[in-house]
Amino acid sequence: MYLIKLVIRNAMRHKLRTGLTLLGIVVAILAFGLLRTVVNAWYAGAESTSAARLITRNAISLVFPLPITYGEKIRKIEGVAGVSHANWFGGVYISEKNFFPQLAIEASSYLDLYPEYILPEDQKKAFLLDRKGAIIGKKLADQFGWRVGDTVPLRGTIFPGNWSFTIRGIYRGAEQKTDTSQFFFHWDYLNETLKRTVPRRANYVGLYIVALNHPEHSAEVSQEIDKTFKNSLAETLTETEKAFQLSFVEMTEAILVAIQIVSFVIIAIIMAVMANTMAMTARERAAEYATIKALGFAPPFLAKLIFGESLAIAALGGAAGIVCTFPVANAFGNAMGALFKVFYVSWQTVAVQIAAALLVGAVAAILPAWRASRVKIAEGLRNIV
Amino acid sequence: MLPVLNDISFDIPGGEFLALMGPSGSGKSTLLNLIAGIDKPDSGEIRIGGVDITALSESQLADWRATHVGFVFQFYNLIPVLTAFENVELPLLLTRLSGKQRKQHVETALSMMGLNERMHHYPSELSGGEQQRVAIARAVVTDPTILVADEPTGDLDRASADDILKLLGRLNRELGKTIILVTHDPHAAHSARIIRHLDKGVLDATKTLS
Repeated sequence: MYLIKLVIRNAMRHKLRTGLTLLGIVVAILAFGLLRTVVNAWYAGAESTSAARLITRNAISLVFPLPITYGEKIRKIEGVAGVSHANWFGGVYISEKNFFPQLAIEASSYLDLYPEYILPEDQKKAFLLDRKGAIIGKKLADQFGWRVGDTVPLRGTIFPGNWSFTIRGIYRGAEQKTDTSQFFFHWDYLNETLKRTVPRRANYVGLYIVALNHPEHSAEVSQEIDKTFKNSLAETLTETEKAFQLSFVEMTEAILVAIQIVSFVIIAIIMAVMANTMAMTARERAAEYATIKALGFAPPFLAKLIFGESLAIAALGGAAGIVCTFPVANAFGNAMGALFKVFYVSWQTVAVQIAAALLVGAVAAILPAWRASRVKIAEGLRNIV
Repeated sequence: MLPVLNDISFDIPGGEFLALMGPSGSGKSTLLNLIAGIDKPDSGEIRIGGVDITALSESQLADWRATHVGFVFQFYNLIPVLTAFENVELPLLLTRLSGKQRKQHVETALSMMGLNERMHHYPSELSGGEQQRVAIARAVVTDPTILVADEPTGDLDRASADDILKLLGRLNRELGKTIILVTHDPHAAHSARIIRHLDKGVLDATKTLS
Protein backbone atom coordinates (compact mmCIF):
# COMPACT_ATOMS: atom_id res chain seq x y z
CA MET A 1 0.00 0.00 0.00
CA TYR A 2 2.78 2.37 1.01
CA LEU A 3 4.64 1.70 -2.22
CA ILE A 4 1.51 2.20 -4.33
CA LYS A 5 0.76 5.45 -2.49
CA LEU A 6 4.30 6.68 -3.12
CA VAL A 7 4.17 5.66 -6.79
CA ILE A 8 0.87 7.48 -7.37
CA ARG A 9 1.98 10.62 -5.55
CA ASN A 10 5.27 10.64 -7.45
CA ALA A 11 3.38 10.29 -10.73
CA MET A 12 1.20 13.28 -9.81
CA ARG A 13 4.10 15.41 -8.59
CA HIS A 14 4.47 17.37 -11.86
CA LYS A 15 0.88 17.52 -13.02
CA LEU A 16 1.58 19.35 -16.27
CA ARG A 17 4.42 17.01 -17.25
CA THR A 18 2.44 13.92 -16.35
CA GLY A 19 -0.63 15.31 -18.11
CA LEU A 20 1.26 15.97 -21.33
CA THR A 21 2.92 12.56 -21.21
CA LEU A 22 -0.48 10.97 -20.64
CA LEU A 23 -1.91 12.89 -23.56
CA GLY A 24 0.93 11.66 -25.75
CA ILE A 25 0.31 8.05 -24.74
CA VAL A 26 -3.45 8.41 -25.29
CA VAL A 27 -2.91 9.76 -28.81
CA ALA A 28 -0.23 7.15 -29.61
CA ILE A 29 -2.29 4.18 -28.37
CA LEU A 30 -5.38 5.54 -30.13
CA ALA A 31 -3.48 6.00 -33.41
CA PHE A 32 -1.85 2.60 -33.01
CA GLY A 33 -5.23 0.94 -32.43
CA LEU A 34 -6.85 2.78 -35.32
CA LEU A 35 -4.07 1.80 -37.75
CA ARG A 36 -4.23 -1.82 -36.58
CA THR A 37 -8.00 -1.71 -37.13
CA VAL A 38 -7.49 -0.39 -40.66
CA VAL A 39 -5.08 -3.27 -41.38
CA ASN A 40 -7.54 -5.75 -39.89
CA ALA A 41 -10.36 -4.25 -41.96
CA TRP A 42 -8.26 -4.82 -45.05
CA TYR A 43 -7.93 -8.46 -44.16
CA ALA A 44 -11.56 -8.71 -43.04
CA GLY A 45 -12.68 -10.24 -46.33
CA ALA A 46 -10.22 -13.07 -45.86
CA GLU A 47 -11.03 -13.46 -42.18
CA SER A 48 -14.75 -13.86 -42.81
CA THR A 49 -14.29 -16.65 -45.34
CA SER A 50 -15.24 -20.26 -44.86
CA ALA A 51 -12.84 -23.18 -45.23
CA ALA A 52 -15.75 -25.16 -46.69
CA ARG A 53 -16.00 -22.98 -49.81
CA LEU A 54 -13.89 -22.76 -52.96
CA ILE A 55 -13.89 -20.10 -55.65
CA THR A 56 -13.46 -21.09 -59.26
CA ARG A 57 -12.63 -18.37 -61.76
CA ASN A 58 -11.04 -17.97 -65.17
CA ALA A 59 -7.37 -18.98 -64.99
CA ILE A 60 -6.24 -16.01 -67.10
CA SER A 61 -7.89 -13.27 -65.07
CA LEU A 62 -10.95 -12.50 -63.05
CA VAL A 63 -12.15 -10.15 -65.79
CA PHE A 64 -12.66 -13.08 -68.15
CA PRO A 65 -15.90 -14.99 -67.49
CA LEU A 66 -16.65 -18.70 -67.44
CA PRO A 67 -19.47 -20.44 -69.30
CA ILE A 68 -22.64 -21.13 -67.33
CA THR A 69 -22.39 -24.77 -68.38
CA TYR A 70 -19.40 -25.30 -66.04
CA GLY A 71 -21.74 -25.25 -63.05
CA GLU A 72 -23.26 -28.66 -63.76
CA LYS A 73 -19.87 -30.22 -64.45
CA ILE A 74 -18.47 -28.89 -61.17
CA ARG A 75 -21.50 -30.18 -59.30
CA LYS A 76 -20.72 -33.74 -60.45
CA ILE A 77 -17.16 -33.71 -59.07
CA GLU A 78 -16.66 -35.86 -56.01
CA GLY A 79 -16.51 -33.91 -52.77
CA VAL A 80 -18.63 -31.01 -54.06
CA ALA A 81 -21.70 -30.36 -51.92
CA GLY A 82 -23.16 -27.45 -53.86
CA VAL A 83 -22.42 -24.84 -56.50
CA SER A 84 -23.55 -21.28 -57.03
CA HIS A 85 -22.37 -18.49 -59.29
CA ALA A 86 -22.06 -14.73 -59.28
CA ASN A 87 -21.01 -11.78 -61.39
CA TRP A 88 -19.35 -8.61 -60.18
CA PHE A 89 -21.67 -5.85 -61.38
CA GLY A 90 -19.70 -2.67 -60.68
CA GLY A 91 -22.61 -0.24 -60.96
CA VAL A 92 -22.62 3.37 -59.81
CA TYR A 93 -25.22 4.76 -57.42
CA ILE A 94 -25.60 8.46 -58.29
CA SER A 95 -21.84 9.11 -58.17
CA GLU A 96 -18.61 7.09 -58.10
CA LYS A 97 -17.88 8.12 -54.55
CA ASN A 98 -20.87 6.05 -53.36
CA PHE A 99 -18.99 2.82 -53.96
CA PHE A 100 -20.34 -0.45 -52.60
CA PRO A 101 -19.97 -4.03 -53.86
CA GLN A 102 -22.78 -5.31 -56.08
CA LEU A 103 -23.08 -8.92 -57.11
CA ALA A 104 -25.51 -10.65 -59.42
CA ILE A 105 -26.11 -14.03 -57.80
CA GLU A 106 -27.98 -17.24 -58.37
CA ALA A 107 -30.07 -16.34 -55.36
CA SER A 108 -31.36 -19.61 -53.98
CA SER A 109 -28.10 -21.58 -54.09
CA TYR A 110 -25.97 -18.57 -53.11
CA LEU A 111 -27.94 -17.90 -49.92
CA ASP A 112 -27.71 -21.60 -49.08
CA LEU A 113 -23.92 -21.40 -49.35
CA TYR A 114 -23.70 -18.28 -47.16
CA PRO A 115 -25.62 -19.07 -43.97
CA GLU A 116 -23.79 -16.17 -42.28
CA TYR A 117 -26.07 -13.76 -44.16
CA ILE A 118 -29.13 -13.81 -41.97
CA LEU A 119 -32.29 -12.76 -43.79
CA PRO A 120 -35.83 -12.93 -42.37
CA GLU A 121 -37.76 -15.71 -44.07
CA ASP A 122 -40.51 -13.41 -45.45
CA GLN A 123 -37.90 -11.09 -46.97
CA LYS A 124 -36.04 -14.02 -48.48
CA LYS A 125 -39.28 -15.26 -50.05
CA ALA A 126 -40.08 -11.80 -51.39
CA PHE A 127 -36.58 -11.52 -52.90
CA LEU A 128 -36.75 -14.93 -54.57
CA LEU A 129 -40.11 -14.04 -56.12
CA ASP A 130 -39.07 -10.64 -57.50
CA ARG A 131 -36.67 -10.84 -60.49
CA LYS A 132 -35.82 -7.15 -60.05
CA GLY A 133 -35.52 -7.51 -56.33
CA ALA A 134 -32.34 -7.03 -54.32
CA ILE A 135 -31.14 -7.69 -50.81
CA ILE A 136 -28.65 -5.49 -49.02
CA GLY A 137 -26.53 -5.71 -45.90
CA LYS A 138 -27.38 -3.80 -42.72
CA LYS A 139 -24.30 -1.60 -42.98
CA LEU A 140 -25.18 -0.56 -46.51
CA ALA A 141 -28.81 0.09 -45.52
CA ASP A 142 -27.64 2.31 -42.65
CA GLN A 143 -25.16 4.14 -44.86
CA PHE A 144 -27.76 5.25 -47.39
CA GLY A 145 -30.84 5.09 -45.18
CA TRP A 146 -32.43 2.45 -47.43
CA ARG A 147 -35.43 0.47 -46.31
CA VAL A 148 -37.31 -2.52 -47.67
CA GLY A 149 -39.42 -1.39 -50.62
CA ASP A 150 -37.07 1.39 -51.70
CA THR A 151 -35.98 1.54 -55.33
CA VAL A 152 -32.26 1.79 -56.04
CA PRO A 153 -31.13 2.97 -59.49
CA LEU A 154 -27.68 1.90 -60.63
CA ARG A 155 -25.73 3.01 -63.68
CA GLY A 156 -23.96 0.03 -65.17
CA THR A 157 -20.26 0.29 -66.07
CA ILE A 158 -19.27 -3.30 -66.85
CA PHE A 159 -22.83 -3.95 -67.98
CA PRO A 160 -23.91 -0.64 -69.48
CA GLY A 161 -27.39 0.79 -69.06
CA ASN A 162 -29.61 2.08 -66.30
CA TRP A 163 -30.69 -0.60 -63.89
CA SER A 164 -33.31 -0.38 -61.25
CA PHE A 165 -33.79 -2.65 -58.24
CA THR A 166 -36.32 -2.89 -55.43
CA ILE A 167 -34.97 -3.71 -52.02
CA ARG A 168 -36.74 -6.82 -50.77
CA GLY A 169 -34.64 -7.63 -47.77
CA ILE A 170 -31.92 -6.45 -45.42
CA TYR A 171 -29.59 -9.10 -44.10
CA ARG A 172 -27.47 -8.95 -41.00
CA GLY A 173 -24.27 -10.80 -40.24
CA ALA A 174 -24.08 -13.89 -38.07
CA GLU A 175 -20.79 -12.54 -36.70
CA GLN A 176 -19.25 -9.13 -36.24
CA LYS A 177 -16.77 -9.88 -39.01
CA THR A 178 -19.48 -10.78 -41.55
CA ASP A 179 -19.58 -8.38 -44.49
CA THR A 180 -22.88 -6.47 -44.43
CA SER A 181 -21.96 -3.84 -47.00
CA GLN A 182 -23.00 -5.81 -50.09
CA PHE A 183 -25.81 -5.51 -52.60
CA PHE A 184 -27.15 -8.71 -54.17
CA PHE A 185 -29.58 -9.08 -57.03
CA HIS A 186 -30.64 -11.88 -59.37
CA TRP A 187 -28.12 -13.17 -61.89
CA ASP A 188 -31.08 -14.27 -64.04
CA TYR A 189 -32.21 -10.64 -64.37
CA LEU A 190 -28.73 -9.64 -65.53
CA ASN A 191 -28.45 -12.58 -67.92
CA GLU A 192 -31.87 -12.05 -69.51
CA THR A 193 -31.11 -8.37 -70.04
CA LEU A 194 -27.78 -9.28 -71.65
CA LYS A 195 -29.52 -11.79 -73.92
CA ARG A 196 -31.57 -8.91 -75.26
CA THR A 197 -28.93 -6.18 -75.35
CA VAL A 198 -25.53 -7.92 -75.78
CA PRO A 199 -26.27 -11.58 -76.55
CA ARG A 200 -22.60 -12.59 -76.88
CA ARG A 201 -22.06 -11.72 -73.19
CA ALA A 202 -25.01 -13.76 -71.94
CA ASN A 203 -24.69 -17.15 -70.23
CA TYR A 204 -21.34 -16.34 -68.66
CA VAL A 205 -20.56 -16.02 -64.99
CA GLY A 206 -17.73 -14.24 -63.19
CA LEU A 207 -17.04 -16.96 -60.68
CA TYR A 208 -18.37 -20.14 -59.17
CA ILE A 209 -18.72 -20.70 -55.48
CA VAL A 210 -18.21 -24.34 -54.63
CA ALA A 211 -19.30 -25.85 -51.31
CA LEU A 212 -17.31 -28.81 -50.06
CA ASN A 213 -18.48 -31.91 -48.26
CA HIS A 214 -15.21 -32.08 -46.38
CA PRO A 215 -13.11 -28.88 -46.09
CA GLU A 216 -9.97 -30.95 -45.53
CA HIS A 217 -10.22 -32.18 -49.14
CA SER A 218 -10.17 -28.67 -50.61
CA ALA A 219 -6.82 -29.20 -52.37
CA GLU A 220 -7.91 -32.40 -54.10
CA VAL A 221 -11.27 -30.95 -55.16
CA SER A 222 -9.60 -27.77 -56.45
CA GLN A 223 -7.22 -29.84 -58.57
CA GLU A 224 -10.05 -31.98 -59.84
CA ILE A 225 -12.11 -28.94 -60.91
CA ASP A 226 -9.18 -27.33 -62.72
CA LYS A 227 -8.28 -30.68 -64.33
CA THR A 228 -11.83 -30.99 -65.64
CA PHE A 229 -11.50 -27.77 -67.62
CA LYS A 230 -7.88 -28.21 -68.66
CA ASN A 231 -7.29 -27.43 -72.36
CA SER A 232 -10.74 -25.89 -72.68
CA LEU A 233 -11.37 -22.39 -74.03
CA ALA A 234 -11.77 -21.13 -70.49
CA GLU A 235 -9.40 -22.89 -68.14
CA THR A 236 -10.16 -22.43 -64.46
CA LEU A 237 -8.26 -21.52 -61.37
CA THR A 238 -9.79 -22.86 -58.18
CA GLU A 239 -8.65 -21.80 -54.75
CA THR A 240 -10.03 -21.54 -51.27
CA GLU A 241 -12.23 -18.57 -50.55
CA LYS A 242 -9.57 -17.25 -48.20
CA ALA A 243 -6.82 -17.45 -50.85
CA PHE A 244 -9.17 -15.75 -53.31
CA GLN A 245 -9.78 -12.85 -50.90
CA LEU A 246 -6.11 -12.61 -49.98
CA SER A 247 -5.22 -12.21 -53.66
CA PHE A 248 -7.00 -8.83 -53.50
CA VAL A 249 -5.21 -7.89 -50.30
CA GLU A 250 -1.85 -8.75 -51.86
CA MET A 251 -2.42 -6.09 -54.51
CA THR A 252 -2.22 -3.46 -51.77
CA GLU A 253 0.24 -5.21 -49.51
CA ALA A 254 2.84 -2.44 -49.78
CA ILE A 255 0.33 0.02 -48.34
CA LEU A 256 -0.50 -2.37 -45.52
CA VAL A 257 3.16 -2.87 -44.70
CA ALA A 258 3.61 0.93 -44.65
CA ILE A 259 0.62 1.32 -42.29
CA GLN A 260 2.00 -1.35 -39.99
CA ILE A 261 5.44 0.27 -39.96
CA VAL A 262 3.88 3.66 -39.15
CA SER A 263 1.91 2.09 -36.29
CA PHE A 264 5.11 0.73 -34.75
CA VAL A 265 6.97 4.00 -35.37
CA ILE A 266 4.28 5.78 -33.34
CA ILE A 267 4.91 3.40 -30.45
CA ALA A 268 8.68 3.88 -30.77
CA ILE A 269 8.25 7.68 -30.66
CA ILE A 270 6.07 7.65 -27.56
CA MET A 271 8.51 5.20 -25.99
CA ALA A 272 11.31 7.73 -26.50
CA VAL A 273 9.14 10.56 -25.12
CA MET A 274 8.20 8.50 -22.08
CA ALA A 275 11.81 7.40 -21.53
CA ASN A 276 12.91 11.04 -21.61
CA THR A 277 10.21 11.97 -19.08
CA MET A 278 11.25 9.18 -16.74
CA ALA A 279 14.96 9.97 -17.14
CA MET A 280 14.27 13.63 -16.30
CA THR A 281 12.17 12.59 -13.31
CA ALA A 282 14.82 10.22 -11.99
CA ARG A 283 17.57 12.83 -12.44
CA GLU A 284 15.58 15.36 -10.42
CA ARG A 285 15.05 12.85 -7.63
CA ALA A 286 18.66 11.69 -7.34
CA ALA A 287 18.93 13.11 -3.80
CA GLU A 288 15.70 11.39 -2.75
CA TYR A 289 16.88 8.08 -4.12
CA ALA A 290 20.19 8.54 -2.31
CA THR A 291 18.32 9.30 0.93
CA ILE A 292 16.16 6.21 0.51
CA LYS A 293 19.27 4.12 -0.07
CA ALA A 294 20.97 5.69 2.95
CA LEU A 295 17.99 4.65 5.07
CA GLY A 296 18.78 1.06 4.13
CA PHE A 297 16.54 0.38 1.13
CA ALA A 298 18.11 -1.84 -1.51
CA PRO A 299 18.23 -0.92 -5.25
CA PRO A 300 15.18 -3.13 -6.14
CA PHE A 301 12.99 -0.79 -4.04
CA LEU A 302 14.06 2.16 -6.21
CA ALA A 303 13.50 0.09 -9.34
CA LYS A 304 9.98 -0.71 -8.12
CA LEU A 305 9.32 2.99 -7.54
CA ILE A 306 10.47 3.98 -11.03
CA PHE A 307 8.92 1.04 -12.88
CA GLY A 308 5.72 1.51 -10.89
CA GLU A 309 5.46 5.17 -11.79
CA SER A 310 6.27 4.57 -15.45
CA LEU A 311 3.85 1.66 -15.73
CA ALA A 312 1.12 3.56 -13.90
CA ILE A 313 1.34 6.50 -16.34
CA ALA A 314 1.54 4.17 -19.34
CA ALA A 315 -1.36 2.03 -18.12
CA LEU A 316 -3.56 5.06 -17.45
CA GLY A 317 -2.71 6.59 -20.84
CA GLY A 318 -3.14 3.22 -22.53
CA ALA A 319 -6.54 2.64 -20.93
CA ALA A 320 -7.74 6.10 -21.99
CA GLY A 321 -6.36 5.51 -25.49
CA ILE A 322 -8.16 2.18 -25.77
CA VAL A 323 -11.44 3.66 -24.54
CA CYS A 324 -11.13 6.46 -27.12
CA THR A 325 -10.34 3.98 -29.91
CA PHE A 326 -13.89 2.62 -30.02
CA PRO A 327 -15.82 5.84 -30.79
CA VAL A 328 -13.06 7.12 -33.07
CA ALA A 329 -12.94 3.84 -35.00
CA ASN A 330 -16.72 3.86 -35.22
CA ALA A 331 -16.75 7.39 -36.62
CA PHE A 332 -13.88 6.56 -38.99
CA GLY A 333 -15.63 3.39 -40.19
CA ASN A 334 -18.85 5.32 -40.86
CA ALA A 335 -16.96 8.03 -42.72
CA MET A 336 -15.31 5.40 -44.92
CA GLY A 337 -18.70 3.92 -45.85
CA ALA A 338 -18.48 0.64 -47.75
CA LEU A 339 -14.77 1.05 -48.51
CA PHE A 340 -14.09 -1.29 -45.61
CA LYS A 341 -16.37 -4.33 -45.56
CA VAL A 342 -16.19 -4.52 -41.80
CA PHE A 343 -14.57 -2.02 -39.49
CA TYR A 344 -14.47 -2.76 -35.80
CA VAL A 345 -11.90 -2.81 -33.03
CA SER A 346 -11.14 -6.46 -32.37
CA TRP A 347 -10.15 -7.87 -28.97
CA GLN A 348 -6.83 -8.81 -30.51
CA THR A 349 -6.26 -5.15 -31.31
CA VAL A 350 -7.14 -4.19 -27.74
CA ALA A 351 -4.74 -6.84 -26.46
CA VAL A 352 -1.95 -5.47 -28.68
CA GLN A 353 -2.74 -1.94 -27.46
CA ILE A 354 -2.48 -3.08 -23.83
CA ALA A 355 0.80 -4.83 -24.58
CA ALA A 356 2.13 -1.74 -26.39
CA ALA A 357 1.21 0.58 -23.51
CA LEU A 358 2.84 -1.70 -20.93
CA LEU A 359 5.89 -2.12 -23.15
CA VAL A 360 6.22 1.67 -23.39
CA GLY A 361 6.02 1.96 -19.61
CA ALA A 362 8.48 -0.84 -18.96
CA VAL A 363 11.08 0.15 -21.56
CA ALA A 364 10.94 3.82 -20.49
CA ALA A 365 11.80 2.84 -16.92
CA ILE A 366 14.76 0.56 -17.63
CA LEU A 367 17.53 3.15 -17.92
CA PRO A 368 16.34 5.47 -15.11
CA ALA A 369 15.85 2.50 -12.79
CA TRP A 370 19.29 1.14 -13.62
CA ARG A 371 20.89 4.54 -13.01
CA ALA A 372 18.98 5.11 -9.76
CA SER A 373 19.93 1.71 -8.42
CA ARG A 374 23.60 2.42 -9.15
CA VAL A 375 23.68 5.96 -7.77
CA LYS A 376 26.33 6.35 -5.08
CA ILE A 377 24.68 7.62 -1.91
CA ALA A 378 27.30 10.24 -1.11
CA GLU A 379 27.16 11.61 -4.68
CA GLY A 380 23.38 11.52 -4.75
CA LEU A 381 23.09 13.40 -1.46
CA ARG A 382 25.12 16.26 -2.92
CA ASN A 383 22.47 16.56 -5.63
CA ILE A 384 20.09 18.78 -3.62
CA VAL A 385 17.65 20.65 -5.88
CA MET B 1 43.76 10.42 -7.01
CA LEU B 2 43.68 13.00 -4.21
CA PRO B 3 43.70 11.54 -0.67
CA VAL B 4 40.89 13.12 1.40
CA LEU B 5 41.59 11.49 4.75
CA ASN B 6 45.03 10.47 5.97
CA ASP B 7 46.06 8.08 8.69
CA ILE B 8 43.01 8.62 10.82
CA SER B 9 42.56 6.41 13.83
CA PHE B 10 40.19 7.13 16.67
CA ASP B 11 37.57 5.55 18.90
CA ILE B 12 34.17 6.86 19.85
CA PRO B 13 32.79 5.33 23.02
CA GLY B 14 29.18 4.21 22.90
CA GLY B 15 26.71 6.86 24.08
CA GLU B 16 29.14 9.67 23.23
CA PHE B 17 28.24 12.98 21.58
CA LEU B 18 31.06 13.96 19.24
CA ALA B 19 31.33 17.05 17.09
CA LEU B 20 33.58 17.00 14.05
CA MET B 21 34.64 20.47 13.03
CA GLY B 22 36.71 21.78 10.22
CA PRO B 23 36.73 24.13 7.26
CA SER B 24 35.04 23.31 3.97
CA GLY B 25 36.88 20.56 2.11
CA SER B 26 38.61 19.30 5.27
CA GLY B 27 37.03 15.86 4.80
CA LYS B 28 34.59 15.91 7.75
CA SER B 29 31.57 14.88 5.65
CA THR B 30 33.64 12.17 3.99
CA LEU B 31 34.62 10.86 7.41
CA LEU B 32 30.98 10.93 8.51
CA ASN B 33 29.94 9.04 5.35
CA LEU B 34 32.54 6.39 6.07
CA ILE B 35 31.35 5.97 9.66
CA ALA B 36 27.72 5.82 8.49
CA GLY B 37 28.50 3.17 5.88
CA ILE B 38 27.45 5.17 2.85
CA ASP B 39 30.97 5.37 1.49
CA LYS B 40 33.89 2.95 1.59
CA PRO B 41 37.54 3.73 2.37
CA ASP B 42 40.27 2.72 -0.09
CA SER B 43 42.11 1.12 2.79
CA GLY B 44 41.74 0.69 6.50
CA GLU B 45 39.09 -0.61 8.81
CA ILE B 46 35.99 0.87 10.45
CA ARG B 47 34.60 -1.11 13.36
CA ILE B 48 31.27 -0.20 14.83
CA GLY B 49 29.90 -2.25 17.68
CA GLY B 50 32.47 -4.93 16.85
CA VAL B 51 31.47 -5.15 13.18
CA ASP B 52 34.02 -4.29 10.49
CA ILE B 53 31.68 -2.45 8.16
CA THR B 54 34.34 -2.16 5.45
CA ALA B 55 34.09 -5.93 4.99
CA LEU B 56 30.35 -5.88 4.37
CA SER B 57 28.83 -6.24 0.91
CA GLU B 58 26.52 -3.52 -0.46
CA SER B 59 23.37 -5.34 0.60
CA GLN B 60 24.80 -6.25 4.02
CA LEU B 61 25.80 -2.63 4.46
CA ALA B 62 22.27 -1.49 3.54
CA ASP B 63 20.82 -3.84 6.18
CA TRP B 64 23.40 -2.64 8.71
CA ARG B 65 22.54 1.01 8.05
CA ALA B 66 18.83 0.30 8.40
CA THR B 67 19.41 -1.21 11.83
CA HIS B 68 22.24 0.83 13.28
CA VAL B 69 22.34 4.30 11.74
CA GLY B 70 20.01 7.26 11.85
CA PHE B 71 20.69 10.10 9.41
CA VAL B 72 20.07 13.81 9.84
CA PHE B 73 20.99 15.94 6.83
CA GLN B 74 21.56 19.66 6.41
CA PHE B 75 18.66 20.01 3.94
CA TYR B 76 16.43 17.54 5.83
CA ASN B 77 16.07 15.27 2.76
CA LEU B 78 12.40 14.52 3.40
CA ILE B 79 10.35 13.00 0.61
CA PRO B 80 8.17 15.92 -0.50
CA VAL B 81 5.15 13.83 -1.53
CA LEU B 82 4.92 12.13 1.87
CA THR B 83 3.47 13.68 5.02
CA ALA B 84 5.55 14.04 8.19
CA PHE B 85 3.97 10.81 9.45
CA GLU B 86 4.72 8.93 6.24
CA ASN B 87 8.30 10.22 6.08
CA VAL B 88 8.95 8.94 9.58
CA GLU B 89 7.24 5.65 8.75
CA LEU B 90 9.49 5.07 5.72
CA PRO B 91 12.47 3.38 7.49
CA LEU B 92 10.07 1.22 9.48
CA LEU B 93 9.03 -0.50 6.25
CA LEU B 94 12.33 -2.36 6.49
CA THR B 95 11.35 -3.83 9.85
CA ARG B 96 8.88 -6.58 10.62
CA LEU B 97 6.55 -4.31 12.53
CA SER B 98 2.84 -4.46 11.77
CA GLY B 99 0.98 -1.41 10.49
CA LYS B 100 -0.41 -0.75 13.97
CA GLN B 101 3.01 -1.05 15.61
CA ARG B 102 4.52 1.26 12.99
CA LYS B 103 1.83 3.82 13.74
CA GLN B 104 2.65 3.71 17.44
CA HIS B 105 6.38 4.11 16.81
CA VAL B 106 5.85 7.02 14.43
CA GLU B 107 3.49 8.82 16.80
CA THR B 108 5.92 8.37 19.67
CA ALA B 109 8.85 9.69 17.63
CA LEU B 110 6.91 12.69 16.35
CA SER B 111 5.50 13.56 19.78
CA MET B 112 9.05 13.43 21.20
CA MET B 113 9.87 16.09 18.63
CA GLY B 114 6.79 18.12 19.60
CA LEU B 115 5.13 17.55 16.23
CA ASN B 116 1.83 15.97 17.29
CA GLU B 117 -0.13 18.66 15.53
CA ARG B 118 1.92 18.53 12.34
CA MET B 119 1.87 14.79 11.62
CA HIS B 120 -0.24 15.00 8.51
CA HIS B 121 1.41 18.01 6.99
CA TYR B 122 3.64 17.78 3.96
CA PRO B 123 7.22 19.06 4.21
CA SER B 124 6.32 22.12 2.13
CA GLU B 125 3.78 23.05 4.82
CA LEU B 126 6.39 22.96 7.60
CA SER B 127 9.06 25.44 8.66
CA GLY B 128 12.76 24.55 8.33
CA GLY B 129 13.02 23.76 12.03
CA GLU B 130 9.93 21.55 11.87
CA GLN B 131 11.24 19.74 8.82
CA GLN B 132 14.51 19.06 10.61
CA ARG B 133 12.62 17.73 13.62
CA VAL B 134 10.71 15.40 11.29
CA ALA B 135 14.07 14.28 9.90
CA ILE B 136 15.33 13.59 13.42
CA ALA B 137 12.15 11.65 14.19
CA ARG B 138 12.80 9.60 11.03
CA ALA B 139 16.40 9.05 12.19
CA VAL B 140 15.46 7.78 15.66
CA VAL B 141 12.25 5.91 14.91
CA THR B 142 14.11 2.65 14.25
CA ASP B 143 16.07 3.07 17.51
CA PRO B 144 19.50 3.05 15.80
CA THR B 145 22.82 2.67 17.62
CA ILE B 146 24.32 5.85 16.23
CA LEU B 147 22.95 9.08 14.91
CA VAL B 148 24.97 10.91 12.25
CA ALA B 149 24.10 14.54 11.65
CA ASP B 150 25.73 16.42 8.80
CA GLU B 151 25.40 20.19 9.40
CA PRO B 152 21.89 19.73 10.86
CA THR B 153 21.63 23.41 11.75
CA GLY B 154 23.30 24.75 8.63
CA ASP B 155 20.05 25.77 6.98
CA LEU B 156 18.23 27.05 10.07
CA ASP B 157 17.90 30.34 11.93
CA ARG B 158 19.51 30.59 15.35
CA ALA B 159 16.36 29.83 17.37
CA SER B 160 15.47 26.76 15.29
CA ALA B 161 19.10 25.66 15.36
CA ASP B 162 19.13 25.86 19.14
CA ASP B 163 15.96 23.76 19.31
CA ILE B 164 17.56 21.09 17.14
CA LEU B 165 20.76 21.07 19.17
CA LYS B 166 18.77 20.74 22.39
CA LEU B 167 16.88 17.82 20.87
CA LEU B 168 20.10 16.07 19.90
CA GLY B 169 21.45 16.70 23.40
CA ARG B 170 18.31 15.14 24.89
CA LEU B 171 18.56 12.10 22.63
CA ASN B 172 22.14 11.63 23.78
CA ARG B 173 21.48 12.13 27.48
CA GLU B 174 18.08 10.52 27.86
CA LEU B 175 18.20 7.74 25.27
CA GLY B 176 21.96 7.16 25.27
CA LYS B 177 22.30 7.60 21.53
CA THR B 178 25.80 7.90 20.13
CA ILE B 179 25.77 11.08 18.09
CA ILE B 180 28.32 12.26 15.57
CA LEU B 181 27.71 15.81 14.53
CA VAL B 182 29.51 17.42 11.61
CA THR B 183 29.50 21.19 11.73
CA HIS B 184 31.63 24.22 11.03
CA ASP B 185 29.61 26.23 13.56
CA PRO B 186 31.45 26.47 16.95
CA HIS B 187 28.18 27.22 18.69
CA ALA B 188 26.68 23.98 17.39
CA ALA B 189 29.83 22.05 18.19
CA HIS B 190 29.61 23.11 21.81
CA SER B 191 26.45 21.06 22.20
CA ALA B 192 28.68 17.97 21.99
CA ARG B 193 30.84 16.56 24.77
CA ILE B 194 33.84 15.96 22.54
CA ILE B 195 35.06 18.13 19.69
CA ARG B 196 37.55 16.91 17.08
CA HIS B 197 38.99 19.16 14.42
CA LEU B 198 39.75 17.92 10.96
CA ASP B 199 41.98 19.86 8.61
CA LYS B 200 43.24 18.69 5.21
CA GLY B 201 42.26 15.15 6.11
CA VAL B 202 44.16 15.07 9.38
CA LEU B 203 42.44 14.77 12.76
CA ASP B 204 43.81 16.78 15.69
CA ALA B 205 43.74 15.98 19.39
CA THR B 206 40.53 15.41 21.33
CA LYS B 207 38.99 18.36 23.07
CA THR B 208 36.56 17.34 25.77
CA LEU B 209 34.02 19.84 27.00
CA SER B 210 32.56 19.79 30.43
